[in-house]
Amino acid sequence: MNSSLMQNGLALEHYVVLSTALFAAGVLGVLFRRNALIIFMCIELMLNAVNLLMVAFATFHGDMAGQVFVFFIMAVAAAEVAVGLAILTVLYNKIKSTDIDILNKLKW
Amino acid sequence: MTLYAFYFLSFLAVMGALMVVFSRNPVTSVIFLVMTFFTIACHYMLLNAQFLAAVHVIVYAGAIMVLFLYVIMLLNLNEAVEKQKTLLLKVAAIVTGGLFMVVLSAALRTAETTYIDTSVVGSARNLGKVLLNEYLLPFEAVSLLLLAAMTGAIMIGRSKKRITPATNADELTPETKPTEAVVNEQ
Repeated sequence: MNSSLMQNGLALEHYVVLSTALFAAGVLGVLFRRNALIIFMCIELMLNAVNLLMVAFATFHGDMAGQVFVFFIMAVAAAEVAVGLAILTVLYNKIKSTDIDILNKLKW
Repeated sequence: MTLYAFYFLSFLAVMGALMVVFSRNPVTSVIFLVMTFFTIACHYMLLNAQFLAAVHVIVYAGAIMVLFLYVIMLLNLNEAVEKQKTLLLKVAAIVTGGLFMVVLSAALRTAETTYIDTSVVGSARNLGKVLLNEYLLPFEAVSLLLLAAMTGAIMIGRSKKRITPATNADELTPETKPTEAVVNEQ
């Protein structure tokens, strides 16, 4: 890729394309699967795609704030996973399934 | 050399992400997600963010994925149980995901940036300086958030039926007995 913004032969476009690919894989998983746990994993994947892009921008801009925000996103993701998995466990105890087509009581 | 490492790691990351989506067994999905997270940690190394790479491996591969694996095994999920979406919905999902990627990368490709010397960025010392000077209040707020999440997870996940053996019932003080009765009624 012919870019003036090089870092060891790497340009920011590389990371943009990689991050969008990972994010699209996460979106695809959310649309594709019915298991709530897999959907949860795909949400983690999307968070990580954003984190990767944030670190890339922080490095290319020489600004530490991006990395600090990645740190905070990791903490929020950990909290989200803890609460979400607790909710899923309770739901499984109630309806014996993690199928999102059954978990549609709040849909309409 | 760095460029080849980038392409290799990117290939592994995207393949792992797609295998997370398409593998039938949830445990296989978790293993591929761990692989993807490790490649993302290697990307952080390439981007000169060593501290974040270490934290990423510890938090994601060490804590979050173990939690996922634990829940999957606790719920005893396997491929025979899970129902699949219809073919039409699957094709629609693939088309939507592909279009989403094309649009997003086309929109973000022209993002402007100025390349600055990266030697000041990334080390744990610099991150700590910024984190504990400029972002001290959010840092403390995150600790509160983690505490609240932990408490919330325990409150949600705790069993409603309290196990109170007859031998323990006599040892309860009179003050705690009414609250025990209230909890049992809920």
